[in-house]
Amino acid sequence: MPRFAVCVFPGSNCEEDVQYALQNVLGELAELVWHKESSLAGYDAAILPGGFAHGDYLRVGAIARFSPIMDAVRAMADDGKPVIGICNGFQMLQEAGLLPGAMLRNQTLTYICRYLYLRAERADSPMTQTLANGEIVRIPIGHADGNFYADDETLDTLERDSRVVFRYVNEAGERDESSNPNGAAHAIAGITNEQGNVVGLMPHPDRCYEPELGTDDGRKLFESLVAWTKDHA
Amino acid sequence: MKANVIIKLKSAVHDPQGETIGHALAGLEYDQVTSVRQGKIFELTLDVSSKEEAASMAREIAERVLSNPVLEVFEVEVED
Amino acid sequence: MILDEKLEAHNLTRDEYDTIVSKLGREPNDNELGLFSVMWSEHCSYKSSRVHLKRLPTKGPNVLQGPGENAGVVDIGEGLAAVFKVESHNHPSFIEPFQGAATGVGGIIRDIFTMGARPIALMNSLRFGPLSVAKNRSILRGAVAGIANYGNSMGIPTVGGEVVFEDSYNLNPLVNAFCLGIAPKERIFLAAAEGVGNPVFYVGAKTGKDGIHGATMASAEFDEAAEEKRPTVQVGDPFMEKLLLEACLELMESDALVAIQDMGAAGLTCSTCEMGARGGMGIEIDLDKVPKRETGMSAYEILLSESQERMLLVAHAGKEAKVEAIFDKWDLDASAIGRVTEDGLLRVIADGRTVASVPNRYLADEGPVYERALERPASFATQTEVHADDVDEPSDLGETLVQMLSSHTIASKHWIYEQYDHMVRSNTIVMPGSDAGVVRIKGTPMALAMCLDGNGRYASLDPYLGGASAVAESCRNLAAVGATPIGATNCLNFGNPEKPEIMWQFSQAVDGIRDACERFGVPITGGNVSFYNETEGVGIYPTPVIGVVGIIDDATKCVRHHFQQPGDLIYLLGETHDELGASEYLKAVHARIDGRPPRLDLDVEAALHGLMKDATSQRLLRSAHDLSDGGLGIAIAESLFGPLGETMGAAVAIEAPRRADGVLFSETQSRILASVAPESVDTLSALAERHGVPLSRIGVTGGERLDIQINGTHAISEMVATLRETWWTAIERGLSS
Repeated sequence: MPRFAVCVFPGSNCEEDVQYALQNVLGELAELVWHKESSLAGYDAAILPGGFAHGDYLRVGAIARFSPIMDAVRAMADDGKPVIGICNGFQMLQEAGLLPGAMLRNQTLTYICRYLYLRAERADSPMTQTLANGEIVRIPIGHADGNFYADDETLDTLERDSRVVFRYVNEAGERDESSNPNGAAHAIAGITNEQGNVVGLMPHPDRCYEPELGTDDGRKLFESLVAWTKDHA
Repeated sequence: MKANVIIKLKSAVHDPQGETIGHALAGLEYDQVTSVRQGKIFELTLDVSSKEEAASMAREIAERVLSNPVLEVFEVEVED
Repeated sequence: MILDEKLEAHNLTRDEYDTIVSKLGREPNDNELGLFSVMWSEHCSYKSSRVHLKRLPTKGPNVLQGPGENAGVVDIGEGLAAVFKVESHNHPSFIEPFQGAATGVGGIIRDIFTMGARPIALMNSLRFGPLSVAKNRSILRGAVAGIANYGNSMGIPTVGGEVVFEDSYNLNPLVNAFCLGIAPKERIFLAAAEGVGNPVFYVGAKTGKDGIHGATMASAEFDEAAEEKRPTVQVGDPFMEKLLLEACLELMESDALVAIQDMGAAGLTCSTCEMGARGGMGIEIDLDKVPKRETGMSAYEILLSESQERMLLVAHAGKEAKVEAIFDKWDLDASAIGRVTEDGLLRVIADGRTVASVPNRYLADEGPVYERALERPASFATQTEVHADDVDEPSDLGETLVQMLSSHTIASKHWIYEQYDHMVRSNTIVMPGSDAGVVRIKGTPMALAMCLDGNGRYASLDPYLGGASAVAESCRNLAAVGATPIGATNCLNFGNPEKPEIMWQFSQAVDGIRDACERFGVPITGGNVSFYNETEGVGIYPTPVIGVVGIIDDATKCVRHHFQQPGDLIYLLGETHDELGASEYLKAVHARIDGRPPRLDLDVEAALHGLMKDATSQRLLRSAHDLSDGGLGIAIAESLFGPLGETMGAAVAIEAPRRADGVLFSETQSRILASVAPESVDTLSALAERHGVPLSRIGVTGGERLDIQINGTHAISEMVATLRETWWTAIERGLSS
């Protein structure tokens, strides 16, 4: 049975939601690992959860990359194991150089907590393996800095290599302005690295894994993560 | 010794905060303001003996921690 | 400085000063005068309100802790307790909306985790002047962003609340913040210092010159450069508080802690003397050991600083290392600054000298108590009932409905609540914008429902009714989601208590709250009074805000406010009278703010709650929505709009012996709108009869339009999508004006 490490930084606040989804909903083994640990030996996947690590005081995700655990996370990524960053975790992966681009302030200049529609742009990533290519899921965002930015060259590379995992769309699956309230470039909600084992996404599957929470679409993403981890063990 | 690290957004990066402030200034009839870009300044107090040492340490800190090269550029000024 | 000036700067009267001198048997020194000044202030001593608050019911079978501690505690079963309180931060939010509102949220969160509870939900009750005034728009933006900044960073969902716009709050916003936490029932921490020789620790942020009460005037040395030393706005640090929260909860699981209290208003002074007084002990602190952010702070400044994110705790002697290790894990310093003594004194040491020495109980328990004069204002007697016939009948009720949905008090508050993280912790099962916020309790079948309600307009026209109606509406909101109230907290926002008319309003409101709480069996377990809400001598509406918490035994029985299925039958539970006095309709459509607010019959209201309890526990209702501002017409419209953008139409036909606008917009109390599957109708009818609640079938759900006929005449026919767009965007439109 794979073991999932949910890395906890000072200021993280979604670690228990991720753990609950994996452990209580899917029956997997997920453990919280404090950021001062320097090893992730024995774990098959690492998840960097959402929150406000170090208060996001310098830049979102900026200080967390100096935590001892990040070396272990980097090693795991180099090993081809799944490394997932959700929201603040995505921002940390960008700051750590494991994923390209950076997050600017939402174009509304406000924090936005809202259900949005996402389109899965590839069906073979750790977060989309059990989805159909092009499948639409409804998953909430909760952030003030989700306005994905990268220079044109990087964006071209991401598109050319099909490294966009999720895009913000409307209910019909089309891109439009009101479906991308952050103003993210190319409506990007999630991307992967060149090897395809590191995924960052701004929306929170950890907030919608049971229908009474709004939707249970997030459950599909965690099921995907479990399946991908097992397949690549 | 004091070193100031001034962080600015790269010119290609969209700056909604700066634009919003620009709109506000236009609303206050500062018509001559054609653009506003928002940045940050860090005042570092350093226990070092020379200006050169202060500048190089501040540059290193700015590059490694205070700025994000994807978005930002920085300048360092050392005061006596 | 001569004595009179000193007293004025400290907001103490000559009589109060004489009392201090006779208690001490000597003149207080400047530091001691500062201590008395803050502890005997209205804010800390409740000197004007105490005699009235005594009338509130505070006991109940489930109450584990009533008023007097940092927050109230109620047993919710499963070995758990709910810890909750609401508190105002009106004056700081008036001075600086962002930081004022943010630190209000920070303060109430500390009150909750101080008791040993993990905070799981926030709400806030906000009142602003009209958005047509630019300053009010910026106050709204600032306060909302501040609340969002703090609550979101803490990882606590903001699940509900209320936002009201009235001229009366022009430039004088009300920001009332509520927090609820969950603790093991057997492990509630109180703030009573015990054990002579036990160490007193200071943890959290360093002390600066934030918000020092009256300090500029208090000392001659402040004359120069007064600008630089003026009391500053308190700046919140939610990251620090998040660390404090986690570290304190971890400490509470160890065996090292005796007592703990946050440093809120009056900072170190208040927490020290209150902890000492509660335990009947003395406390000695050494100011040289207090971590300071600035150099050269005087004893006076350190004692009175209101720097945020600080806690004071008493640990068991011998467990100091354990305390330090836990805080060290979270990169926090715990500084031992003193010890518990047996002499009952607050003794303050600085530079090796005693700079203040006062019995804790003088400060905490023996403040002045005033029975201030009451006087019923002449305007009260002149208010009369307002009926539909007293106003011009609108020619197009569809247009009137649109006008009502555009009223900022009624319009969707999504522009506000979407800035709050309302989903973190993945327990929120009813989204903001509904009757009540509902969070499930993982590991149990339960959910907790909570809401904040008040109606300043009602209270200004009839404060007794305003108080009672706030309780009734809160309990009704809980009934609508299927919850049974277990306890309440109140935040009483009023003007200057030295004015007899204000004090009369206060006394009346307390009576109204008392009567309603007693009738519904809901104890008040804590809260807060905010007086002196005035700008340029004009008081705000008296605004009692009530927060009620209720239990849903089985979270799957929780009821949503919006229509769920086409073909369901729409029922009105309760009876409608022609009561337009003080209504939103009168204000929004006829620009009138007058008349008697709707009557409230507590027995009728209680019967409705009884019916709702049975109907929801038998799963008879597909949806239920409380009727309040805007009456039946608005309740029907809101039931068409789901929280995730879902919509559903309805066809409604009502027979009533009155004009259509009276039917649609009367704000008669004690009513709920419900939709019911056809197969449940007979059971519901029998149940309603048993509870003595009138039940009328008024329509059926489905389609894309809202059609309303009244007395056989077409009143409203609008596309649901159009109505929703109006309602959804009204505040954004108001902000961009």
